[in-house]
Amino acid sequence: MDVLYGIPLIGLLFQLIAYLVQVLPLIAPIIVVLATPIALGAMCGFMNERSGVVNIGIEGMMLSAAFTGWVAAATMTALFPGQTPIAGFFGATPALVVGLLVAIATGMLVSVAHAWLSISVRADQIISGTIINIVAVGATGYLNILISGTAPPTAGSFRAWVPPKELMDLPYVGWLFDAFLNQGPIVLTMLVMAVVLQVLLFRSRWGLRTRAVGEHPKAAETVGVDVIRLRYRNVILGGIFAGLAGAWFTLEYGNSFQGGMTNGRGFIALAALIFGRWTPIGGLGAALLFTSSEAIGTAIRFQPPSGELAQLGDLLSGVPSQVFSALPYLVTIIVLAGVVGRSLPPAAVGKPYQRESVS
Amino acid sequence: MIQRLRDQLLIPALAVVMGLFVGAIVMIVTSPLIDGQFQLDLPLKAYGALIDGSVGSFNAIIQTLVEATPLVLAGLAVGLGFKAGLFNIGAQGQFLLGALGAALVGGWLAGASPWVAIPLALLAGVIAGAIYGFIPGALKAFTGAHEVVTTIMLNYIALYILAYLITGPLRDPFATFARTVDVGNAALPLLPETRNGHIGILLAAAAVPIVWWLLFRSTLGFQIRAVGANPDAARYAGMRPRALIILTMSVSGLLAGLAGAIQILGLTKHMPIGYASSIGFDAIAVALLGRSHPLGVLLAALLFGAMRAGSGLMQVRAGIPVQMIDVLQGVILFFLAADVILRWVFRVRARGTGIGQESTVTRSYGGQTSI
Repeated sequence: MDVLYGIPLIGLLFQLIAYLVQVLPLIAPIIVVLATPIALGAMCGFMNERSGVVNIGIEGMMLSAAFTGWVAAATMTALFPGQTPIAGFFGATPALVVGLLVAIATGMLVSVAHAWLSISVRADQIISGTIINIVAVGATGYLNILISGTAPPTAGSFRAWVPPKELMDLPYVGWLFDAFLNQGPIVLTMLVMAVVLQVLLFRSRWGLRTRAVGEHPKAAETVGVDVIRLRYRNVILGGIFAGLAGAWFTLEYGNSFQGGMTNGRGFIALAALIFGRWTPIGGLGAALLFTSSEAIGTAIRFQPPSGELAQLGDLLSGVPSQVFSALPYLVTIIVLAGVVGRSLPPAAVGKPYQRESVS
Repeated sequence: MIQRLRDQLLIPALAVVMGLFVGAIVMIVTSPLIDGQFQLDLPLKAYGALIDGSVGSFNAIIQTLVEATPLVLAGLAVGLGFKAGLFNIGAQGQFLLGALGAALVGGWLAGASPWVAIPLALLAGVIAGAIYGFIPGALKAFTGAHEVVTTIMLNYIALYILAYLITGPLRDPFATFARTVDVGNAALPLLPETRNGHIGILLAAAAVPIVWWLLFRSTLGFQIRAVGANPDAARYAGMRPRALIILTMSVSGLLAGLAGAIQILGLTKHMPIGYASSIGFDAIAVALLGRSHPLGVLLAALLFGAMRAGSGLMQVRAGIPVQMIDVLQGVILFFLAADVILRWVFRVRARGTGIGQESTVTRSYGGQTSI
């Protein structure tokens, strides 16, 4: 190994690989956890943009869902105290399930507003998203302060599913099972849905129609696709993912609400969507990459490469941790600008569709 | 002329009325959470306090102007972009970089004569903002990367630049928490007889006619508006849309940067870590309500500035959290966007004055710019 590490420059690359092999199994579970709201947000954006509707209101949708889901679950707990978790089912209580459903419903409801503004009213879709973000911050902040006086109890949160121990103890790949499967229901749903949506997009009638409507709505309409209806349906169904992402904040990852707690995740989701070239699996990959960047930045601070890897350690400890955090945004700009591997959006995205009049 | 003015003002005014109405309903519905029972007169109490706190006294009026100052400048920034068919969501980042530039140079020149320190600190903020607007402009002009996405990303990159510099190289070694050094003599002087009415108010007021002149009386402004209305036609007429896009985004960033510089030099006097602001979205609200016209922007900024100035008193007297202002702002925007509701409620004849009529904005989201 010493021989490899000693090579000028390329040796550093080997050291980096060795370091990643060292720390990845440790930080992989948290990477998957933190990637969840981003990947779900990207799926929401995917449902919108693939059918030709821009959505920069994902952040607001998440925030609203996080709030209502939490309030619903907490209220249920207050009304019916002493709920016992359903055995072997993610530690779910009726209150948590209600909270989850309310969060999803909220995501869909906000999406209805977005769909109506951008499809029927044909308002500027970016303005519609902006309105959602402003109202969500204001309304959740307002209500949160009002109810904080009555101090609602927490409803707890979902627990992780524990996969068979033999699986997680497998040599070399066991940590992957641990990272991806030893997770709560929302994380697991996200992983499943990324695959399902990917297959549906490229292998189903719905997927073909959605892509057609996003690229060339007029052509789609000519062959009998109801553009308006499909857009409505996709935007509202997309709200489910924003709702799930919101629920992740207050019902799975944490168990309480703070104003503005989504903290820009909805906008990173937009970046993940672009970086993943407007596909669900791509969005998931981008989300994992983005959170890895941040997690590795943190890892370097707490467990810097040392011993054989000291040379790499010296180099990396000179890099401010903020660089790792800013990297996702930077690479998104680079990809969008087409410097390397250009990422192009669906052609009709952002353009309201108007049927030609019969007369 | 009067007819045209009426058309221009009617929909925004009705949107404000409807916004306040919906706000009142929200207050009544949520009043049991405030003190245990429905209070039908709560909106009167709240709006009364809002008016008292914003225009009820000399100090209140000054506070309104102070709050409106960054909104005017950032609103002009976003509005200028709209006129050129550009959606600058990056006012936030440009504002923060402008603030940082001013804090940096202001800190360096803290001991210099105010006549040197103030103009140079302001200039630093303006340049920093302009550079941060130039980047998305150039990206759009040369690669077609849509400014909405790039400016959102740049907003977050700005946050990390700030976090790094303020906790690192620019940190005031003697302060107990991470912040830059005090700007000392670079602080903006106060208007006579005021507590915090700094001269930044005058700068914002001066920017309004300057931007108006730029847009409506200069050749450049004509070209900017032409590119916004129809880039293809503008190119065939011999204008250069690429250069105009870069220029417009830079000037837009310049205005937002000036807003940031004024906030630092006029109010906080240093830049703390986590210097947060919602100016980016507020500026969009101001520009939309003001129909991107400099005069409209001024009125809209005064309205939202007054709301922010009065919100404290509203919380004290009526128990309404200040976040109500964000709700009002969002609802007003909603009615502006959904002007079909206004037309239906108020039986206004259809005439193109909603923000849907604003030329622009998302038509080139992503790659396909028509330049």
